[in-house]
Amino acid sequence: ATAAPTPRSPLSTDEKPNRLSDITGYNNFYEFGVGKSDPAANAGRLKTRPWTLRIDGLVDKPADYALEDFLKPLTLEERIYRMRCVEGWSMVIPWLGFPLADAISRAQPQSAAKYVAFETLYRPDEMSGQRGFPRIIPWPYREGLRLDEAMHPLTILATGLYGEPLPNQNGAPLRLVVPWKYGFKGIKSIVRLTLVAEQPPTSWSMIGPDEYGFFANVNPNVDHPRWSQATERRIGEGGLFAKRLKTQMFNGYDSVASLYSGLDLRANY
Amino acid sequence: MRRNFPVWAVYGLGFVPAVAAFGAGLSGLSGPDPIRALEQSLGLWALRFLLAALCVTPLRRFAGVNLLRYRRALGLLSFYYAALHFLAFIGLDHNFDWAEIGREIVKKPYAFIGMACLLLLIPLAATSSNGMIKRLGAKNWTRLHRLVYPAALLAVAHFIFAVKSWPLEPLLYAGAAVSLLALRLAPKKSRSLEQAGNA
Repeated sequence: ATAAPTPRSPLSTDEKPNRLSDITGYNNFYEFGVGKSDPAANAGRLKTRPWTLRIDGLVDKPADYALEDFLKPLTLEERIYRMRCVEGWSMVIPWLGFPLADAISRAQPQSAAKYVAFETLYRPDEMSGQRGFPRIIPWPYREGLRLDEAMHPLTILATGLYGEPLPNQNGAPLRLVVPWKYGFKGIKSIVRLTLVAEQPPTSWSMIGPDEYGFFANVNPNVDHPRWSQATERRIGEGGLFAKRLKTQMFNGYDSVASLYSGLDLRANY
Repeated sequence: MRRNFPVWAVYGLGFVPAVAAFGAGLSGLSGPDPIRALEQSLGLWALRFLLAALCVTPLRRFAGVNLLRYRRALGLLSFYYAALHFLAFIGLDHNFDWAEIGREIVKKPYAFIGMACLLLLIPLAATSSNGMIKRLGAKNWTRLHRLVYPAALLAVAHFIFAVKSWPLEPLLYAGAAVSLLALRLAPKKSRSLEQAGNA
């Protein structure tokens, strides 16, 4: 790897990031269509200013923040993470963001809070996929993390990519990145974080509980009914004759293993 | 005019999408995941040619348009595309990793259904020649070639099982396949027409 112009977070990988055109041209963001190039084609209509982020639920300081006020006290850093999609492909992405823990701490969670529920914007006028038929997802898109997963230093909220503001198709203005989980956990264009006591419903597990579990940790040993999880194809490498790579447990982020000690990862996929 | 359109030209035009998809993949014009793009394009064209072949009989029966001389070409094109789709799956997508390919086919419904569909198309392609029609006899040949009906249903089921949730496109193809098969259940007006043995 070559030296980067900006200091890297020690949590970054030194693998070579994907080209910007790969990262912005090949997306799953069903709010803008089901094709991989649909988000790039359709996300331009989304207005990300003004943007309100609500943090509520079991917190001492619930609030509706104007996003720019919310971001003002935070320091952004670059995190270069592997991203493994449940469909069997992967990328390396240089995110710009901050630990989710910083956002949660500011709201002062109560001791009863055990999970964080996330919600994506619902605005069918600007998000063509939300008007589509048949309805792919019961909108709005929902995701969730256990509180200890949310507070883990690897878990970030991203506002940028390659040092620039996040393109709409990548989840502008604010998205979740949890590098040891399948990409669909990385909920995009977030409008709400709610601290809750019980495990919240998540969109894909509502649609196909046997296919997409709540945890969705990258795990080469637990099969998905549709895609092989033992291997993955790194996007942007090798063209038509690319070789598959072996998928790593927790996408190679071994430090998170302690979060799941005592949990049967085959049953809790 | 249609009468003059040569069968070889159907084959010639029929392979244009395959050449275009392969060329786009080689030259980097098919996006960040060229393997997936090629694999999907080949599969989609296999399905399209299969449905086109299934249009021939209803067009003749209900619209009086006779495209029978192109049916073999359409059916064979469907088989060739399905075979290329399978080759892309085992070679480009799975690097000839036979253990993994075997697991996929056994364990993943989409792969199992797709494999079953391809297996059904093999005897149809193998008996497509005039010589084979003669050797089997028109009646047996016709009976054998009814395998195209389950093959069409498996093809659209394969598409549906290969995608997340219920997007529109595979459902439209499924609707087309079911409609084309349902048309064959319509009461037969003319006995002699059906005796020609073109299912």
